[in-house]
Amino acid sequence: MQPIVTNALTKKFGSFIATNAITFEVKQGEIFGFLGANGAGKTTAMRMLCGLLRPSSGTAKVAGYDVYTQADKVKQNIGYMSQRFSLYEDLKVKENIRFYGGIYGLRNGEIKEKTERLLQKLGMEAEADQLVSALPLGWKQKLAFSVAILHDPSIVFLDEPTGGVDPVTRRQFWDLIYEAANRGVTVFVTTHYMDEAEYCDRVSIMVDGRIQALDTPRQLKAQFGAESMDDVFLQLARGK
Amino acid sequence: MQTPIVVQEVHKNFGEVKALRDISFTVNEGELFGLIGPDGAGKSTLFRILTTLLLADKGKATVNGLDVVKDYKAIRKIVGYMPGRFSLYQDLTVQENLDFFATIFNTTVKENYGLIEEIYVQIAPFKDRPAGKLSGGMKQKLALCCALVHKPTVLFLDEPTTGVDPVSRKEFWEMLQRLRQKGIAILVSTPYMDEAILCGRVALIQNGALLKIDTPQQITREFSKPLWAVKAKQMYRLIQDLRSFEDTDSCYAFGEYLHLTLKHGEADVDKLRAYLQPKGHEQFDMVPITAGIEDCFMELMKSEKQQ
Repeated sequence: MQPIVTNALTKKFGSFIATNAITFEVKQGEIFGFLGANGAGKTTAMRMLCGLLRPSSGTAKVAGYDVYTQADKVKQNIGYMSQRFSLYEDLKVKENIRFYGGIYGLRNGEIKEKTERLLQKLGMEAEADQLVSALPLGWKQKLAFSVAILHDPSIVFLDEPTGGVDPVTRRQFWDLIYEAANRGVTVFVTTHYMDEAEYCDRVSIMVDGRIQALDTPRQLKAQFGAESMDDVFLQLARGK
Repeated sequence: MQTPIVVQEVHKNFGEVKALRDISFTVNEGELFGLIGPDGAGKSTLFRILTTLLLADKGKATVNGLDVVKDYKAIRKIVGYMPGRFSLYQDLTVQENLDFFATIFNTTVKENYGLIEEIYVQIAPFKDRPAGKLSGGMKQKLALCCALVHKPTVLFLDEPTTGVDPVSRKEFWEMLQRLRQKGIAILVSTPYMDEAILCGRVALIQNGALLKIDTPQQITREFSKPLWAVKAKQMYRLIQDLRSFEDTDSCYAFGEYLHLTLKHGEADVDKLRAYLQPKGHEQFDMVPITAGIEDCFMELMKSEKQQ
């Protein structure tokens, strides 16, 4: 089963076409970079894929579920993390884990067991009773990512997970992404850092609601005769 | 003409948190000065002190020779400030926002139109749209227009490009270069290390302290260690192998390559090659390179921690 399959997926707001007939697939265990300029339609597309927004036309299946008729199933079977909002700062580490476990419908026994395993894996046993607000940024991110995949989803959506983060923490976060992908978790990630586009197995670039390019970073650079993904992006987004 | 910005030994604590520690630097006339650092480094606190919105615990700062404590009223008239959070009136149109800010400063959009014209024409097609309904890049342009409408002599831009796509970021920096040429001193902060190179001088800031102040060229020249770019077909495996090598000093992902420093520099290269040989990495490539600002920042972060 492919974690994401779309066909001519479209969203209109009045006469404005935010997402214009996008067709693509994401493979199991792949790190898929979803790029585009502000206003290109990324957020709209992502909201449809997460079951939060009903498409105007076209089809999409995420984690095997139809985004029209099984939106709740989609939500239960994906992970989601954004830089801006992911953990409750005024809850303890352990409370955050418990909260998300509950949201995803895990049983109490399961939550307890997963909490122990997760804290051990992150080396955060001593911090279990600390407020999240007291954690260093790098730890918060690790925790946020782990919590987003607590319910073992087959795919996790990361919406600009590294914005504003220091260069070392940003790279540590990518280590986590690599590790998860290596375990078979599919990762769908948006970013404004073009160097991060290079870490993806495949990258799509949206311009004005359409996917204008989709390939491996290497192929895209060859295709556009570009030195870096930054060049590819500038050529595409400016050449409209 | 007075020096646009002088900061001397400024400290600021919020309870236990040392938001700023002993900050000193100067921004000269017509200079585009970058404050480069991640979230939580203290950038916004410094901006708020310099724009007279917050008092420092210790130290002194002047803007155009005016003291940020004593002369706060005079400073507010001559500086333009674009806060990190979008702070225009979302329910007013583009045009209404501009008129509003012009009126507050006792001027009109017309009077200083020359300064904002180039930026304004890009948002003019949307002049009747509420500011809240603009795209990210457009909002930034409008905010910049509003910060310029009273012809300030010093411009404070707090993370104007955060969350903005690479194309809009590039356009924004091109506008800043032209404003600088018009003689406006600009202090701009950013978490994007690649933007450092676009500034005349930069201060690297982390955990409330300045790591370094210099031209971006000089900072990269001072990177003390030989640096290599390394890649292979399976990057995740390569990164793990390199990090397990006993003489690896640092190994970080940098786009298509990994950046590697070794404990004894050149002397370790043969040993490293011998170590990697049996691991059979396909399409292996290792080339010496010169450091960028981000390499320097990470190196400085590390030495800061060790102190």
